[in-house]
Amino acid sequence: MKRKMLVVAIVVVIAALVALGYRLVHGVTFDVLQPTGVIGLKERNLLLFTLGLSLIVVVPVFTMLAVFAWKYHESNTEATYKPNWTKNTTLETIWWGIPIVIIAILSLVTFITSHTLDPYKPIASNNRTIEVQVVALQWKWLFIYPDYGIATVNELPIAVNTPIHFSLTGDAPMNGFWIPSLGTQIYAMNGMQSELNLMANKVGVYKGHATNINGKGYADMNFTVKALSSGDFDTWQKSAHDSPDQLTKATYDKLAEPNTMGVRTLLLADRTLYDTIMMKYMTKQTTKNNTTKSTMDHHSMDAM
Amino acid sequence: MELFANLLGRMSLEYFPKEPATIGAAIGMPLAVFGVVGLLTYFKKWRWLWDNYLTSLDAKKIGVMYIAVGLIMLIRGLADTLMLRLQTAVAVGDQAGPFSTDTFQQVFTAHGTIMIFFVAMGLMFGLINVALPLMLGTRDVAFPLLNSISFWLFAAGMILINFSLIYGGFSNGGWLGYPPLTELQYNPGPGVDYWIWSLQIAGVGSLLSGINFFVTIIKNRAPGMTFMKMPIFAWSVLVTTVLIMLAFPILTATLAMLSLDRTLGMHFFTSLAGGNPMMYINLIWAWGHPEVYILVLPAFGIFSEIVATFSRKALFGYKSMVIALCAIMVLSFIVWQHHFFTMGAGANVNAFFGIMTMIIAIPTGVKIFNWLFTMYRGKILFASPMWWFMTFVVTFTLGGVTGVLMAVPAIDYQVHNTLFLVAHFHNVIIGGVVFGYLAGVAYWFPKMFGFTLIERLGKLSAALWQLGFILAFMPLYALGLMGAVRRLDHYTDPAWTPFFIVSGIGVVIICGGVFVLVLQIALSIWKRKSLKAGGDPWNGRTLEWSVPSPAPSYNFAVIPHVSERDEWWHRKQHKLAHAIDHYQDIMLPKNSSIGLIIGGLAGIAGFGIIWHIWWLSAIAVVAIISTVIIRSNVEETEFTITAAELKNAEAKL
Amino acid sequence: MSTLHETQLANQKTELGFWLYLMTDLMLFASLFAAFMVLRVGTNGGSSGVDIFNPQYALLETFVLLASSLSCGIALISARFGKLKPAVIYLVITMLLGASFLFLEIREFALLVLEGNSAASSAFLSAFFTLVATHGLHILIGLVWAGALLYSITKKGLQPRVLHKFGLFALFWHFLDIVWIFIFSVVYLIGGLS
Repeated sequence: MKRKMLVVAIVVVIAALVALGYRLVHGVTFDVLQPTGVIGLKERNLLLFTLGLSLIVVVPVFTMLAVFAWKYHESNTEATYKPNWTKNTTLETIWWGIPIVIIAILSLVTFITSHTLDPYKPIASNNRTIEVQVVALQWKWLFIYPDYGIATVNELPIAVNTPIHFSLTGDAPMNGFWIPSLGTQIYAMNGMQSELNLMANKVGVYKGHATNINGKGYADMNFTVKALSSGDFDTWQKSAHDSPDQLTKATYDKLAEPNTMGVRTLLLADRTLYDTIMMKYMTKQTTKNNTTKSTMDHHSMDAM
Repeated sequence: MELFANLLGRMSLEYFPKEPATIGAAIGMPLAVFGVVGLLTYFKKWRWLWDNYLTSLDAKKIGVMYIAVGLIMLIRGLADTLMLRLQTAVAVGDQAGPFSTDTFQQVFTAHGTIMIFFVAMGLMFGLINVALPLMLGTRDVAFPLLNSISFWLFAAGMILINFSLIYGGFSNGGWLGYPPLTELQYNPGPGVDYWIWSLQIAGVGSLLSGINFFVTIIKNRAPGMTFMKMPIFAWSVLVTTVLIMLAFPILTATLAMLSLDRTLGMHFFTSLAGGNPMMYINLIWAWGHPEVYILVLPAFGIFSEIVATFSRKALFGYKSMVIALCAIMVLSFIVWQHHFFTMGAGANVNAFFGIMTMIIAIPTGVKIFNWLFTMYRGKILFASPMWWFMTFVVTFTLGGVTGVLMAVPAIDYQVHNTLFLVAHFHNVIIGGVVFGYLAGVAYWFPKMFGFTLIERLGKLSAALWQLGFILAFMPLYALGLMGAVRRLDHYTDPAWTPFFIVSGIGVVIICGGVFVLVLQIALSIWKRKSLKAGGDPWNGRTLEWSVPSPAPSYNFAVIPHVSERDEWWHRKQHKLAHAIDHYQDIMLPKNSSIGLIIGGLAGIAGFGIIWHIWWLSAIAVVAIISTVIIRSNVEETEFTITAAELKNAEAKL
Repeated sequence: MSTLHETQLANQKTELGFWLYLMTDLMLFASLFAAFMVLRVGTNGGSSGVDIFNPQYALLETFVLLASSLSCGIALISARFGKLKPAVIYLVITMLLGASFLFLEIREFALLVLEGNSAASSAFLSAFFTLVATHGLHILIGLVWAGALLYSITKKGLQPRVLHKFGLFALFWHFLDIVWIFIFSVVYLIGGLS
């Protein structure tokens, strides 16, 4: 009697939790599950695929847990009781074998997608690629468009269906650059260059986040991504040249001071600024003939 | 004045807490401590405490102290959690939370550090101390004095981290303290140093325990107990100690390097002057990943014992379980990079570590099936330890699923450092580690103290923990998928708030579960006469149940000779009475205050380095070395229980 | 008093425990080696290995340490054969050689610092000083231990308990010699000649 009451209570609680869950998620946008970028979409599908594979194991486990707990409860005198039954090669083969097969499939998928969804991999497209140099600061994001001679703070206008190639570095404690709607996040680190390739396939405004704690202003380090049509993007970048503010080494130093700020648009007066920022931290190596050179290679993290 | 100022390093008035929350903690905690001290004085229990616990070299007593500290720190860690969830329920848009950003960042750092190093490690070492020697049919661990030293080093670390509440503040860099944030350039204050030294000191204690328990299992087993006949819990501890011995030195070295950066201006992990923060991340996770297996493997061992005992059936596939444990041990060293797939290492490196990570899921999954089929065709009694087992399977399996998800680098790219990650690791740590050690406490409590805990309250606690867990963490998975990153003290999207509120309610329910646990212990102590337990309250299978409860100081009057796995069950089944006819003198270690002294000195040394009081640290270090040398010259470290005394004691039990 | 069997068992345990401790110490050095290998390029525009390492000087240090391992071995064997005087003499020689090694190392460090190459100058130097000084600290602790051992031997003679500890000390001392060989090869030879 008590057992039945317990089971009923558990079922009721589960039902209530499911109802609560439904009520909570109803109408909510899940950036990761409803992406608007080609990379994010592939990653979302990969997530669902992997989740599906896992259910092959999870569903039997939960079922067996419930059934065995019920059937082999000591009050059930009709159930078989075999206190020394500890071996069964068939069963062991199944539960070693099936997980091995699942993991083998997943390993293959992992290897393939680690390459196809490698953040460094350029996105194939007939359209031009927009280059953006990203500098993570305390506590804001600086976006430099070297081909257009402009820069922005905390706002990232891009064109849809256009590959965006990011080169990222930092001038602040290690941070992570993430636009969940578009896909893959990547760390932005002092003296290092990481790279990211994303492409939006829908016009809209998306949220960007910092993903690694870097001090007091961390929670304010958000940015907005404006995915515009190609025409609108060109209009914007032209109008940005009208900005009275200039991004020079001097104004950059002011910008890099620890504080938070809103959106700014600047004229890029110093095209070598990004390189200069990275060089500040660059390791100077001594070569064979005792001259100093600086290391600056792409995929510098591969050396790890 | 100058000389005086130098004598106190960089201590100054500015380091006292300034905000209401921190001031409250700084007053409340010492009050609690003084309260305990007052009670001990009033009831004149100091002598008893000193002789029976503080200077005891008996593993059973040391174990109880570890568990006590672990449970107290659990309450502290949950207090931190309540603060975090209170903040996130409120701090949306323009609304500020009740705590400043600085406080919030210290609180989540303290929360993680305390839960891992002082709750999980404390409960783990406590239960191993309480149960392992008894299970192995021996009197104590291999090195009882070292055992005491390990505990007091652990306690010293715990005291340092709590002292930071009163003076200096704690680190704000997260429980792993990534540079360059934790370097002098961005964090010159004492907080990070408190973090470094409380972990460094406690870490040495853990390392010494690893050596101690390894030698105990290799050398202290009862005659006849071959490796394949020892309880599976002993296997899980053996594997864990190998992990401890290989991994903890990495932590020691890495914390030392960070400390050298901060104290002597070196450049291991600084941004400038050639330092490499990525090196830190690699090193700390090379320790960090084995660490989480160190935490969970003994819990798996405990569940193995519990399932077999309460199903009245031998563990299914003992050999497979051993193989699985060894496989997990080896694999746990080659997966660490999955903690930073997003650092940009390239496709092949990410793929390798991702695949290795998934492979660990195989032996782990095998263990779950073995447990299920131990239940199959058993006769299961659902005492409170089995309730914990049920909550473990449900919770840990879910956590395993999200772990496999995150093992795929391309998926991790979208969930790393979000609340999805936070939900995953709490899922496996609470499901595996916390439930496992709470089950262990429920299971071995009668052996420790001679009376059982009130069963109903134990079951209620498990139920509250399970419900609380779901409410606290399922919303976090959703939040992560909504783009919510971790460690935010405020946010802009009001759509997140309902999820944070539900999560907060879950935390409150978990606190309810802990409240019930504390109530359970208190009421059980009060009613202990009616809850009296004999040596074998659970109809157990292993040797600890063959001695009275609580076990006598010498564990076994005569060391048993073992012929089977689950020797005690075997003896009961075949009605093998073990009438003892022949007692011999027993030698046991005398009490010693060396552990306390060394722990205390280590704490002082750490304190000195944190505050740049160099002369204090130097004296403390020299004192530690002197203590060791003096102790090594002490000849009479044991006392004898004669055969006659033994016979009398046994007759009384 | 414990029986002979119990004492033997206790000695086996401490010996196993000590080997395990040495293994953990090896992991500590491995971490410092790894840091050195990665950070040696981080010279911050200052000195690199070629500039500051003197392999001949390091070779001298190596011979001194190797000699001390030899004298330690002779001391232990003498002790095990019950020959008190040679045991004491060779232990003292070991200590003197160890102290000489430390003197050479401290001198090297002092010269470097005076030249402006301190541990705070660059990541390379931080890693170098820390790795080598950690070894040096272990040697120092070894010397303290040897001193305590010397005291025990002269006060109590070559009792089994003292012999057992002597054996553990020798293990420690030889272990440090082996670690030094790695330091010499990886840091001084490879770093100084490339």
